[in-house]
Amino acid sequence: MKQHVELRNHPVELRKFRMRLTISTGFVLALFLLLYARFYFLQVAQQEHYHTLAEANRISIAPLVPYRGLISDRNGRILAQNYSAYTLEIVPSKIQDLETTLNELAAIIEITPTDRQRFKKLLKESKRFKSLPIRHRLTEVEIATFAANRYRFPGIEIKAQVYRQYPEKEMVSHVVGYISRINDKDLEQLESNGELHNYRGSHHIGKIGIEQSYEKQLHGITGFEEVETDAAGRSIRVLSRTPPTPGNNLILTLDLGLQEVAEMAFGDRRGALVALDPNNGEVLAFVSKPGYDNNLFIGGIDQENWNLLNNSIDRPLNNRALRGVYPPGSTFKPFMALAALELGKRTAEYSMSDPGYFSLPGVSRRYRDWKPGGHGRVDLHKSLVVSCDTYYYSLANDLGIDNIHNFISQFGLGRKTGIDIEGEVSGLLPSSAWKMRQHKQKWYAGDTISVSIGQGYNLTTPLQLAFATMIIANDGKAYLPRLVKQIQNSQTGEVEDVSAKLLYSLNLKPKNLEVVKSALVDVTRPGGTAAKAGANADYTFAGKTGTSQVVGIKQGERYNEKLINERHRDHAMFIAYAPAENPMIALAILVENTGTGGSTAAPIARQVFDYFLLGKLPETDLAHLIDPIRNHVHDHL
Amino acid sequence: MIEIRKIWYYLTRYIDNFLLAGILILMTIGLIVLYSATGGNITRVSNQVINILIALVIMWLIANIPLQQIMRLALPMYMLGLILLIGVALFGEINNGARRWLSIGITRIQPSELMKIALPLMMAWYFDKHEITLRLRDYLGATILLLLPVLLILRQPDLGTALLIAASGFYVLFLAGLSWRIIVGLVTAAAASLPILWSVMHDYQRQRIMTLLDPTQDPLGAGYHTIQSSIAIGSGGIVGKGWQNGTQTQLDFLPEQSTDFIFAVFSEEFGLIGNTVLLLLYLLVIGRCIAITANASTQFTRLISGSITLTFCTYIFVNMGMVSGLLPIVGVPLPLMSYGGTSMVTMLLGFGILMSIQTHPKLVKT
Repeated sequence: MKQHVELRNHPVELRKFRMRLTISTGFVLALFLLLYARFYFLQVAQQEHYHTLAEANRISIAPLVPYRGLISDRNGRILAQNYSAYTLEIVPSKIQDLETTLNELAAIIEITPTDRQRFKKLLKESKRFKSLPIRHRLTEVEIATFAANRYRFPGIEIKAQVYRQYPEKEMVSHVVGYISRINDKDLEQLESNGELHNYRGSHHIGKIGIEQSYEKQLHGITGFEEVETDAAGRSIRVLSRTPPTPGNNLILTLDLGLQEVAEMAFGDRRGALVALDPNNGEVLAFVSKPGYDNNLFIGGIDQENWNLLNNSIDRPLNNRALRGVYPPGSTFKPFMALAALELGKRTAEYSMSDPGYFSLPGVSRRYRDWKPGGHGRVDLHKSLVVSCDTYYYSLANDLGIDNIHNFISQFGLGRKTGIDIEGEVSGLLPSSAWKMRQHKQKWYAGDTISVSIGQGYNLTTPLQLAFATMIIANDGKAYLPRLVKQIQNSQTGEVEDVSAKLLYSLNLKPKNLEVVKSALVDVTRPGGTAAKAGANADYTFAGKTGTSQVVGIKQGERYNEKLINERHRDHAMFIAYAPAENPMIALAILVENTGTGGSTAAPIARQVFDYFLLGKLPETDLAHLIDPIRNHVHDHL
Repeated sequence: MIEIRKIWYYLTRYIDNFLLAGILILMTIGLIVLYSATGGNITRVSNQVINILIALVIMWLIANIPLQQIMRLALPMYMLGLILLIGVALFGEINNGARRWLSIGITRIQPSELMKIALPLMMAWYFDKHEITLRLRDYLGATILLLLPVLLILRQPDLGTALLIAASGFYVLFLAGLSWRIIVGLVTAAAASLPILWSVMHDYQRQRIMTLLDPTQDPLGAGYHTIQSSIAIGSGGIVGKGWQNGTQTQLDFLPEQSTDFIFAVFSEEFGLIGNTVLLLLYLLVIGRCIAITANASTQFTRLISGSITLTFCTYIFVNMGMVSGLLPIVGVPLPLMSYGGTSMVTMLLGFGILMSIQTHPKLVKT
């Protein structure tokens, strides 16, 4: 190795350089010879073969886009379907002067400024030889007009298109989601998954909800068609056809009737409801209010509607059930109570005297109960029935935050449930390690006090609360929440059941469960916080009310609903299941900014249960909207 | 008469006539093929004439600048190119799924195009600076100069351009005397890592290679391009189908006929005889470039002209190779013939440098 510094000798260097240059030249010549050999092979040895191919090459290949699978509820009511209509499409590479052509076209067919804008946007994003729509859903008259003028517009054609439609719009938009035009990001994704070839000819892809998560099932397999063309390139006849395989139909676990009842029970209020079947994790209702019209997104939403939805103070695009995080409030207490029993920190018989507040030893600060003056003597049963705060303050202090965290996280609070649509958030079930990580602060005993009644750092989604409620209702079985019940092959009609998935089972002592569950039943009976909602129910109805604070109340202040800005009022929460002895439905309800759970959220649960278990419709003038034939409910009973 | 002679003298003083003649003949052939490829589209052809004229003016300007001046531009051009590439990564416009363009007020530019010249210039300048003490360390420094822009372009993603720019830099390294042991080592390492590379590749990347081996696997996609251009070339036979008579071209079976696949149009209409003439013309131009390189007087001029020459050869080989089904489809235009202003300017800029080297008084180092 010549590692030492070397003063260069020019003639030697030059010789060396020329040597290298000669080698390069030899290499170039070799490559050109290779090229020439290839030309010889193609043009002499294989000439006949390619000549035949070229003669036969009046054939062009066109992709055939498969029908997208349908989506229906568990009773076959359609939530997403297809229909055919005609579009006017332009191949930009075949047009000399796009602006002039568009103006000429606009003279015979209406093209709005919005159409033009949308087209220009597409033009930028797409390859030039791709056919791009300028107008959707042509009328019969427009089709005839264009057909008569077609000769003037080479490169512009009418094409049959299949459109997606969501008949139930707002009601299920947060579950079904929508499809929209494939963009660069989607293409990248498809390419890296090796699925790009299957989207040749496809214009749309699922963007959110079921449409996104089950894209693979719904899309189907693209076919292709070999078309013989004349000398001018017009197609004469179809030579061969590999038909597309339509996408699979999805049958959801949702019960649209139940969804409608729940929606109606909410009225104009904002909030969320998730109802699960405790026997298998099927999602029976999944409401996030307000919803939005998902049909708007299919062809690309226009600016005006987008601003309307995106800037609305009600945030209709926000999937509250999946992505909204709220302090669970007192709905947290049943889990605290189970922790106390299971970890041996309390017995069912233990009782304490509630003066209306709790203080940590040696600290003057008072943690108040919601009821001034307190509830008198309180045991675990009563603590749940009247939702006594003080009981849980003192319990929390005995348990400590990490016991609380470790026990309750088994119920899925503070982490994703794994439901089969994307975008779920994990919320937060605090622990001392978390606080150190996040805030670089140690955990204070006072922090535990507010956590014990579901406030403080606690954040859960309505879906998580429903999941946790299901685990209590079915005595410890954590089923994966699922929105898809069956997948149907749209060609053969064969139906494949998506089986329930038991994630894990909690080993809870039956005796302890019984204590908590009987208290939850008494919550809906006279003396309980949801007594009004539970009055005269024909089934045993277990639940727990909660109030989720939006703004903190300072020491010494009192919460006065009337004085607080509507958007800063507390959220009402309610978790429930029924029938208590053999639960068939478990749910969590959140109603934003309406105060206590007992007065606004629990009545919604009652209407939902009445419908689901008894087939009883809420007494409102909207009742006629609902299909009253509901057999399967009675089969269950 | 004297005046005209004087003007002519000033115009042609720094022009290499042989090289210019070769370039002009190839460009003329390009225009003739373009006319056929566009189905007699005069607008397209006149646009290309304008592209050619602009490129020729730029070539003339560059040829008139002595090499010492061009050398001074190496570092600023390279830095500008790098900054623009970083700009693309941060604010680039997305087009056809890749981020390659940068909007600057009225127009938009593709900085990787600038790098095609700036990188070899920079590396040649670098080696010229370190000429006295050429050690392994200096090669390492040059490799870093090479990797910075190449990695940025890879990220866009633009594998084809990244590889071509990497090649132009590698030629400088090779001509500067990079040890054979290292070259052999690199080649062996690359060959040995092929199976590993295959196992970590994405499915779609494997698909592309499989498509090259058997285009019928993906008749709608990349395979379609290869199949159709092979048919075009093959069916041309020995004498070709005649100008404007290529069915593949005229019936639009051939994709991108006026740009990347223009060679298939030529080949279909002029056959093996046409191909032979065309290859010989290219070889004449290349031969002249090699002669200029061999006679260049300084380290800098030798390296830059060598790299430009070999890059020119690479473009020809890669383009013809992909059109005839030897190489995978990467977006590389055929130098001097494909439609498009940018590649024309880049090419003639390179030839301008070669002419300057050839025609300016040679400096002999003392």
